[in-house]
Amino acid sequence: MADNNPAADVQQLPEIIVFGPPTIFGHYEKEFNSRFRVLKPWESPLPLSQFLEAQAHNTRAALCGATASLTAAVLCSLPSLRLIVATSAGLDHIDLIECRRQGIVVAYAASLFSADVADFAVGLLLDVLRKISAGNRFVKNGLWPVRGDYPLGVKLGGKRVGIVGLGSIGFEVAKRLEAFGCEISYHSREKKSCVLAWFHIQMSIHELAAKSDILAICCALTEQTHHMINRDVMLALGKEGVIVNIVRGGVIEEKALVTCLQRAEIGGSGLDVFEHEPRLPKELLQLDNVVLSPHAAVLTQESMEDLYHLLVANFQAFFSNKPLISPVPHHYLP
Amino acid sequence: MAAAGNETPPLLILHRFPSFTLSLGAAVLRSKYTVLDQYDVPPNPSFSSLSKSARLLFCAGPRPLTSDDLDRYPAVECVIGTSAGVNHFDLAALRRRGIRLTTAGDVFSDDVADYAIGLAVDVLRRVSAADRFVRAGSWPVQREYTLGSKVSGKRVGIVGLGSIGSRVAKRFEAFGCSIAYNSRKVKPNVSYTHYDSVADLASNTDILVVCCAFTNETYHMITKDVMKRLGKKGIIVNVGRGALIDEEELVGSLVRGEIGGAGLDVFEHEPRVPKELWTLDNVVLSAHKAVLTPESMGAIEELILSNIDAFFLNKPLQAELGLDEEML
Repeated sequence: MADNNPAADVQQLPEIIVFGPPTIFGHYEKEFNSRFRVLKPWESPLPLSQFLEAQAHNTRAALCGATASLTAAVLCSLPSLRLIVATSAGLDHIDLIECRRQGIVVAYAASLFSADVADFAVGLLLDVLRKISAGNRFVKNGLWPVRGDYPLGVKLGGKRVGIVGLGSIGFEVAKRLEAFGCEISYHSREKKSCVLAWFHIQMSIHELAAKSDILAICCALTEQTHHMINRDVMLALGKEGVIVNIVRGGVIEEKALVTCLQRAEIGGSGLDVFEHEPRLPKELLQLDNVVLSPHAAVLTQESMEDLYHLLVANFQAFFSNKPLISPVPHHYLP
Repeated sequence: MAAAGNETPPLLILHRFPSFTLSLGAAVLRSKYTVLDQYDVPPNPSFSSLSKSARLLFCAGPRPLTSDDLDRYPAVECVIGTSAGVNHFDLAALRRRGIRLTTAGDVFSDDVADYAIGLAVDVLRRVSAADRFVRAGSWPVQREYTLGSKVSGKRVGIVGLGSIGSRVAKRFEAFGCSIAYNSRKVKPNVSYTHYDSVADLASNTDILVVCCAFTNETYHMITKDVMKRLGKKGIIVNVGRGALIDEEELVGSLVRGEIGGAGLDVFEHEPRVPKELWTLDNVVLSAHKAVLTPESMGAIEELILSNIDAFFLNKPLQAELGLDEEML
């Protein structure tokens, strides 16, 4: 879009600061640069606090990736900040209390990723139960003619699925697994009156696990849900049980999960998220009944494109004093 | 254990490849019936004579049952198969002799359908590739991971809307996918779009699922042209029989990136799988195991034992293939 005087054009673009940077920024950097004057702290040799002091005193809007931590300290260094647009559905990396205190509004991805995440959860689950990745390795290592048939998988149909957190993602997961003939139960903060008659509420996570063959972790990471899936819950799920986690690693007590898997106290696990990404326990790499992925449940071409449009729409709304497209609902805020 | 008096347990021919071990209900079978096994060790000297009067043949596994075989067993009235596929039977020969045939019926269909979805999601969303990426230790080093392709809302094209195909459709519908199909006949009471040719189906499809029966007519029905119409963004899943697809063309298309990927449980010359496919990230390979769950194995055992009992008691059989309507 630059004409004879690119510098002047850029000056007229609204300014945003980017934290992360988020994956979307890598794919759409050119487009962001053409619409906004973008502050990129990671490109500066200065430590973040100094960069903010030097550059971001008047910055009113921020784009925040899921790997960045917007703590109170950071927020206090952005005196003009009035808007944070998060690229994720998860908000555990942003100090929402501090945002409210400072009058900063937050927009997020809402349910934009829910179908993709649910698709991926089902894919991970089928992979664990039916040993698809392990079977793929078997064939590609040339073992089929040598070793003969591959061991049995486990049937998905008829299994009891416990959905931990029946939000947008949980609902999409349940809807899909129902079509495979699974029985669905869920645990949620409140009963969902809109859902179909055969979804039952369980009293506690422990009870949900005891009555399930499969646990699908679909809830947000909060103080209450941190390490909620602990050894007790895993033992209640039992030796044939499978856990799938496509939300946040911190909901599961990772060390306990590793121990239970090693001791065959649960049947297997499909994990897209970990407590200290991109690091994960080496012991998981030794296990054939575990399928691992690098926080990829949202990563499709389609969702990146949709996200880009949503993010830009939120910024444009803000800069023209219009209502945000996807503000974080009040009941999310602590 | 032979029954008391003059009754010997009914004769049952076990028709199998020498390497095929009969685990399914073997003990039960041998206790109730006289099992005539050509590969008995030590060999049964009465096999030749006794098998001439056996009325039932149990075809365990995919050993072909030919007209010549049937010549050797002139008293056979019924054949019990163990698979959904019947391409290893000389159906015309069975029909000529008025021999009944039972198959696995629907017993495997849920598991095969589940598996087809699993393969499709794996290919589009790169699940196995992701697992490989993490296990190789690449995540901390190469922090950006390749984008996959969305499954929800894609156009699914099913080749063969039978027992397996209809279950595949139901599952994909829950992903918000649209369903179209190609079948020998249009299915009544089905709201999915029917295409008269596989080629036309492929032109309007993102996920092509091959789950039809393998017959003379369907040999290599997935041709180079079909794959070209499917195109770079399309993927193929095959849970039917390897020879439904022109495998050489498939390998070429995948290597050249002319189709988007493939999930394959079956191959033309199992257990040989074209080595060119081994290194492709967008191809997921599987050792013909879409039926292999303990639940399916238990169900087929129950079905077979039940049918064998029913035959000798002159009771109706389950999962009998109508040889009059044709597959021939």
